[in-house]
Amino acid sequence: MSARDEILARIGKAVAGAQDVEIPREYRTTQQVEDLVGLFAERVDDYRAIVHVLPAAEVPAKIDELLTGRRMIRPGGDGWEDLNTADGVVTTCAVAIAETGTIVLDHGPGQGTRAQTLVPDYHLCVVRADQIVSCVPEAIARLDPARPLTWISGPSATSDIELNRVEGVHGPRTLEVVIST
Amino acid sequence: MSATFIGMPGSFPKNAEKAVQNSQLRFNLRKATHTIRGKRASVVGELPDWQELRAAGKAIKDHTLRNLDRYLIQMEEAVTRAGGTVHWARDAAEANRIVAGLVKATGETEVVKVKSMATQEINLNDALAAEGITAYETDLAELIVQLGDDFPSHILVPAIHRNRSEIREIFLDKMPKVPENLTDDPPALAEAARLHLRERFLKSKVAISGANFMVAETGTLVVLESEGNGRMCLTLPRTLISVVGIEKLLPSWRDLEVFLQLLPRSSTGERMNPYTSMWTGAVEGQDFHLVLLDNGRTDVLADEVGRQALRCIRCSACLNVCPVYERAGGHAYGSVYPGPIGAILTPQLRGMGSDLDASLPYASSLCGACYEVCPVAIDIPEVLVDLRAKAPHAAAERAGMKVAGWIFNDHKRLAKAQRAATKLRKLVPKRLPGPLSAWTDTRDIPEIPDESFRDWWERTRRSERSE
Repeated sequence: MSARDEILARIGKAVAGAQDVEIPREYRTTQQVEDLVGLFAERVDDYRAIVHVLPAAEVPAKIDELLTGRRMIRPGGDGWEDLNTADGVVTTCAVAIAETGTIVLDHGPGQGTRAQTLVPDYHLCVVRADQIVSCVPEAIARLDPARPLTWISGPSATSDIELNRVEGVHGPRTLEVVIST
Repeated sequence: MSATFIGMPGSFPKNAEKAVQNSQLRFNLRKATHTIRGKRASVVGELPDWQELRAAGKAIKDHTLRNLDRYLIQMEEAVTRAGGTVHWARDAAEANRIVAGLVKATGETEVVKVKSMATQEINLNDALAAEGITAYETDLAELIVQLGDDFPSHILVPAIHRNRSEIREIFLDKMPKVPENLTDDPPALAEAARLHLRERFLKSKVAISGANFMVAETGTLVVLESEGNGRMCLTLPRTLISVVGIEKLLPSWRDLEVFLQLLPRSSTGERMNPYTSMWTGAVEGQDFHLVLLDNGRTDVLADEVGRQALRCIRCSACLNVCPVYERAGGHAYGSVYPGPIGAILTPQLRGMGSDLDASLPYASSLCGACYEVCPVAIDIPEVLVDLRAKAPHAAAERAGMKVAGWIFNDHKRLAKAQRAATKLRKLVPKRLPGPLSAWTDTRDIPEIPDESFRDWWERTRRSERSE
């Protein structure tokens, strides 16, 4: 018998006669948040990322200011191509979650490949206010599992040495978020 | 690492006895467990629907386990449809053979690894070494453990038994091209690891990972991490091989909304871990292989009481609240799964054939703190008690229990035995002889009263009646 058939047969025997279980879903699938942008900005800041909240019209100038002097990868555009020598990357995102301060990339247009937002030491992410949802269930509902997804909550961090939080091990040491309102 | 946990000699009491003498270890563990415990309590307290999430998490896992065969087939179809290849492994040897074969087919002799409990459980690194393949751990704690030729001692923070100066020594000793002026400052140590691994990430062609979850409906795999080493391994190499226990399955995409709230908060005490990667089949030009691992899990599934251990999402919250783990440390459990969950999972996965595995169901005070914090409500005390009944008992103990049973079964016999005990109480030594000294080394023998309760009752009631 193949390993597959044997494992499936063992499972069938192991659970024979066991009762099935109903899944209660009484948890919150959405939340009333008065100031989504404010909560998202506060939670991102909690991870020691840098946050700016700006009117849409001021965003391009801010990005130019932040990128001055940096060799940047600009997904889909002209920019620095060598991942390992780039100073940073600038991207948009797919969804952002206020409650957890999380940005989700689905690596669609403007978001680059998974490696592009990982290898350079600086990540600047532009989030539109209308991309911010209140909580994890709302984000899951908006995302497409067929795409590769990267959830980012603050800069790279480790707590492996005496549980001291250290920012930046292998991923970007600096995460800067511009929220466009 | 050359040594292996499997077949480790000793028993939990013997290992723990040594560990509790180590004051540095106790200090490290106390600090670590209390810090994470506090963080966890505060972020769990933020969610008013925590108990509802916990109930949903428990039920989703139970439902999956009940229908595991159906969902595994669905998973296989979804991964295959998305361009991945699925392999099935009955046990550790078969899984190791499959992985070694896949690596060899690429022509590579080096692989990078994402921290994974499943690959530690099957001792993959040694199996690959035997085939001429070097596996490099990339998680900072796993790197410390690997370079130190050591064992992991915690599910989440495997090098928690080491302090910064020990880590500095290990790096100076084992890491090529380490900065000469390396201090024991945690950022400096993390930077050394970054430099050490950067080149390896960029040139590696094959990576091996586990997964925190896999979704049957969509074929998606999910890895949660903090450092970015996981993302490096998952995205840069040309070939990705994921070894995943069959119990890691969730039926639907939607179910992630429950577990992505339960796991980070229970585990590191964060609202969300820094990085989560999700991928479905072969993406961005990679070759993707999924190895579905049984290795004793179907035996656990067959046990009506014990199967709840398969709900475990490896958050390690139970370790951090356990008074036994806090003092004995992770090594005493002699398994990659330490702490309360290890005490029930290990003897079920491996059986109770060795002294160590037979002693694990006793590595607990049954205080129930582990059950309280478990995000999927595994009743660890219930399983411990059930396993104690199933554990092999020594002939002397069985004989003793038989005699005790005979005496307790008859109230006249019990009264006689109690009277005999009071008469002989002067003869009871402070320490018991032979193997029984194991008990009295750490405890006082209870004093035998000069009159049994039964006799006292008889005497005082009689005197009341006569008044």
